[in-house]
Amino acid sequence: MKISSEVVWKIARLARLGLSRDEAALFESQLSRVLDHVADLSRLDACAEGAGAEGAGAEGAGAEGAGAGPGLSNVVRDDAPAPFSGREDILANAPQREGSYFKVRKIL
Amino acid sequence: MSLERSASRIAADISAGRTSAAETLEAHLERIRRLDPRVKAFIKVREEEARRRAREIDERRTRGKKLGLLAGVPVAVKDNLCVKGWETTCASRILEGFHAPYHSAAAERLLAEDAVLVGKTNLDEFAMGSSTENSAFFATANPWDLDRVPGGSSGGSAAAVAAGMVPVALGSDTGGSVRQPAGFCGVVGVKPTYGLVSRYGLVAFASSLDQIGPLTRTVEDAALVLSVIGGHDPRDSTSSPRPMPDFSEALAGDARGLKVGLPKECFAAGADPEVERLVMGSVKALEKLGASLVEVSLPHAKHAISAYYLIAPAEASSNLARYDGVRYGLRASGATTVDEDYAQTRGSGFGPEVKRRIMLGTYALSAGYYDAYYGKAQRARALIKRDFEDAFGKVDVVATPTSPAPAFRFGEKAEPMAMYLSDVFTVTANLAGIPGISVPCGLAMGGGLTQGLPVGLQFLADSFREDLLFRAAAALEKERPFAECPLQAIL
Repeated sequence: MKISSEVVWKIARLARLGLSRDEAALFESQLSRVLDHVADLSRLDACAEGAGAEGAGAEGAGAEGAGAGPGLSNVVRDDAPAPFSGREDILANAPQREGSYFKVRKIL
Repeated sequence: MSLERSASRIAADISAGRTSAAETLEAHLERIRRLDPRVKAFIKVREEEARRRAREIDERRTRGKKLGLLAGVPVAVKDNLCVKGWETTCASRILEGFHAPYHSAAAERLLAEDAVLVGKTNLDEFAMGSSTENSAFFATANPWDLDRVPGGSSGGSAAAVAAGMVPVALGSDTGGSVRQPAGFCGVVGVKPTYGLVSRYGLVAFASSLDQIGPLTRTVEDAALVLSVIGGHDPRDSTSSPRPMPDFSEALAGDARGLKVGLPKECFAAGADPEVERLVMGSVKALEKLGASLVEVSLPHAKHAISAYYLIAPAEASSNLARYDGVRYGLRASGATTVDEDYAQTRGSGFGPEVKRRIMLGTYALSAGYYDAYYGKAQRARALIKRDFEDAFGKVDVVATPTSPAPAFRFGEKAEPMAMYLSDVFTVTANLAGIPGISVPCGLAMGGGLTQGLPVGLQFLADSFREDLLFRAAAALEKERPFAECPLQAIL
């Protein structure tokens, strides 16, 4: 399936991904080739073969790994706060900080 | 000299005082100094910390303390696993300067058994790739032929083990990233069952597929390391509560009665003739030892690459949204709005393959395309999983080549789709959640361009049946000892 340059720019915007013109042109052809390859999936008739997407494993907390092993089920626990000793280590990684805050641009 | 020694030998010798952790470490550091300028397996070697640690282990032993299962064993860790205080780069510019504020569960467990962590190994950026050429820093070379790739994404770990720089390295396997480089570099690599090894402190790529696994030179070492890093961890909600099994019986490598499945689709798929010859020769050797060979069918495996290259990028596009230049790593300067901050940081911080996958994943999840791509991919995944359930109703393990061909040259697979297809035999295990192992099964002959390169054989087993993988792999290792990388002979 051929994807247009407009779609490439739209996806880049959704992904908050800055692209150069050259990159966008390259991705247009490369992504089109990947989508051509995955077109084989459109021939899969899930109902006829009796398997749904449910339990196939997916990202996100709820379904994570649900299909990745037999007899797996969701795991829940109390959301109990616990102290973390490495607070300063985390803050030290900030590109910009002020005291014990991450410093970011004014948004509103 | 301690280099030929396996991890289990090293640990036994150090525990018994026959050698010291310090001496063992120095021998390995010396090899890293001599060989790594050419192989480039390491992003960073931590000599001084490793020395302190080795001395501390030796002191404990002289005080009469009992040492752990990996006493003094030098271990390298793929640079997408957190080691507290060490820079963790994922071979990406976007994580520049990030120092892990805590240990990954895997590192913690290695240290608890007295391993000596020597450094962080190179990888394809964020583990996205099959050659380690996508590292933002440099490419790693295959120790068997320095003009070829070591495979990927755990290419640095595989190369370090193959060249004898360390007896053990950790990698991560999302679609074959431990097994494929193990195959290319002639070492053992395990992708455990989903849920067996905690991913706490592993930088996430595709959360329904990622697993951490060992790369070693012997099957026994792979089982030893897996038994150390595996087991329940409440900090990873996908971690299985099952107790870790004991692999010692499996390591006797008794092939009698073992049912080995050969998927007819894999052998019709047109693997390199040398790969096919060596894999078939190996399974026939198992048959002579008392195993039976059974043809099995995985009719939906042909959709695996398509399913994988939609599901993995979809999850990656979500997982990698966290790199926004706020809490760690790179923040681009020069933007005037917060949206530009994000776009410029991510545009300049991520390399081409990561961008490609974020784009692909965002597309597959976007309104209007979700059902056609992500939904279909999940259906294919369910069908592939069912194929394996059917197969494991009949056989103990399934045998395939690890990769369709031995290690390729740098730049040979510049077109992304060509690179993706090299994962055709490995992605199925991640989609199905089952374990897999790659073991060396010989060197390519016949005078072709791949002459003398190692070839990997993959065994797959049902979930939580790593014991069957080790049994088959140990039988093969006993019958056909693994060839040593010629670089190992250099000192």
